[in-house]
Amino acid sequence: MTTLVIAEHDNVQLKTSTLHTITAARLLANGVHVLVAGSCAQSVADTVSKVAGIDKVIFVDAPQFADGLAENVAAQVLSLASDYTHILFPATAAGKNTAPRVAAKLDASQISDVIAVESADTFQRPVYAGNAIATVQSDDPVKVATIRTTAFDAAQPNGGKATVETAAAVADSGLSSFIRREVATSDRPELTSARVVVSGGRGLGSKENFALLDPLAAKLGASVGASRAAVDSGFAPNDWQVGQTGKIVAPELYVAVGISGAIQHLAGMKDSKVIVAVNKDADAPIFSVADYGLVGDLFEILPALTQSL
Amino acid sequence: MKVITAVKRVVDYNVKVRVKADGSGVDIGNVKMSMNPFDEIAVEAATRLKEAGTASEVIAVSCGLTQSQETLRTALAIGADRGVLVETDAELQPLAVAKLLKAVVEKEQPQLVILGKQAIDDDAGQTGQLLAALLDWPQATFASNIEIKDGAAIVTREVDGGLEVLSLRLPAIVTADLRLNEPRYVTLPNIMKAKKKPIEVVKPSDFGIDPSPRLKTLKVVEPPVRKAGVMVPDVATLVAKLKIEAKVI
Repeated sequence: MTTLVIAEHDNVQLKTSTLHTITAARLLANGVHVLVAGSCAQSVADTVSKVAGIDKVIFVDAPQFADGLAENVAAQVLSLASDYTHILFPATAAGKNTAPRVAAKLDASQISDVIAVESADTFQRPVYAGNAIATVQSDDPVKVATIRTTAFDAAQPNGGKATVETAAAVADSGLSSFIRREVATSDRPELTSARVVVSGGRGLGSKENFALLDPLAAKLGASVGASRAAVDSGFAPNDWQVGQTGKIVAPELYVAVGISGAIQHLAGMKDSKVIVAVNKDADAPIFSVADYGLVGDLFEILPALTQSL
Repeated sequence: MKVITAVKRVVDYNVKVRVKADGSGVDIGNVKMSMNPFDEIAVEAATRLKEAGTASEVIAVSCGLTQSQETLRTALAIGADRGVLVETDAELQPLAVAKLLKAVVEKEQPQLVILGKQAIDDDAGQTGQLLAALLDWPQATFASNIEIKDGAAIVTREVDGGLEVLSLRLPAIVTADLRLNEPRYVTLPNIMKAKKKPIEVVKPSDFGIDPSPRLKTLKVVEPPVRKAGVMVPDVATLVAKLKIEAKVI
């Protein structure tokens, strides 16, 4: 039994989502191999080879993998699939995009967003925005799953010395091509791996007011998130959205400002270690999950809180 | 060009579901059902392509119980021209739905299929990608903009950290994210018009497809409940608690 983990990276750096997925893989099977499919991505393959607990890095380097196109990455995974009992992707935008293409071709029922591994064929996953946890069993010969990164600790990035083996690249599918990327540059930590997240909701009232979170986030070294209501209202970009259909976060400290706490939002943050809620409505559902609640006008509380840190 | 849009009947997003006491699933008897919100965005996108003269016909497809006809009527009221229901009582998992949709696609020969990125009941987020792979078509998931030109779909995708733009050779699959559009409010005259639009009902057996679930659900339980903490009177108390009690700052 060997598990193949698909590494997520930008050809230069390995994304931490891969380390969490490797931990899930180690709970499963005897061997763990990691596929690095990229373009000029030798540094990523080297980084992965040092991760504790993996046996082999399979490195495929070709221009058609530069931008992580699902058609090409899935075809590469399929070319290797016969050696594996499990194929795991992180449940990130990239993993969720590619994994089902692999599952379909293997005629396997993919298990999405795994939060616990019970055995080699039995997994737990949330449904209905996390309001229920289903335990599911797969009898597919190759199990394809995406791993919720917040549910598994990161594997140690050092201490391993796996061999790096180069594999032949599949041809470019020619079905799709990459045009451009607009990546927001920010000094802030990445939302899903930040130690502290400060999130704003509709209570902030406008895009300009949303920026009031910035000084607090800077003081706390936090990433900034948003509720769907805030994203819908145009206060914040969509990739800041925390919730059922956005990002799932579980930081040490989550500060919810002007967020009422719809179930869809709670689904994305209720596994945070400590939750602070600031809201003017004492009956807001966010207080039912908050460790510390403060009722009041956020436009007075925010500056006061920032000042006192 | 023809556009197909796939819609799913799900528990309304405002309903907080309850897990059944016997752990066999969630109780969805007597709860409000609606079209999956992301599918509504997909139907709106297809309709706008038709209004712009890019699409010649929009076909809404649903798989599931007879009652899914109501969901198809909603799609017809938004602007789809006709509906197809693949009717079955089977518990449908994404792979089975993708196989059924593939059969409909092969019959209808659309140039574009637009689906929601995720259904809010099983939260699987697979169907569009599965369908794309089964058809060997290109895909663009989590779309926030679609433009059709020169036999290609130029799609902007919401990815971690920002946006990316892909060009897909048609025919292609697109899955809709939140910001693709804001679905229109369905008006009464359009609801009345939708009643006259045709819905064709077919069965999985018509395509020789067995829709039985493959993933076995062993049990469904409530998630661990997070206990509510304390209310603090002011900022100073909050900061003190975070420092001394929680030790997170």
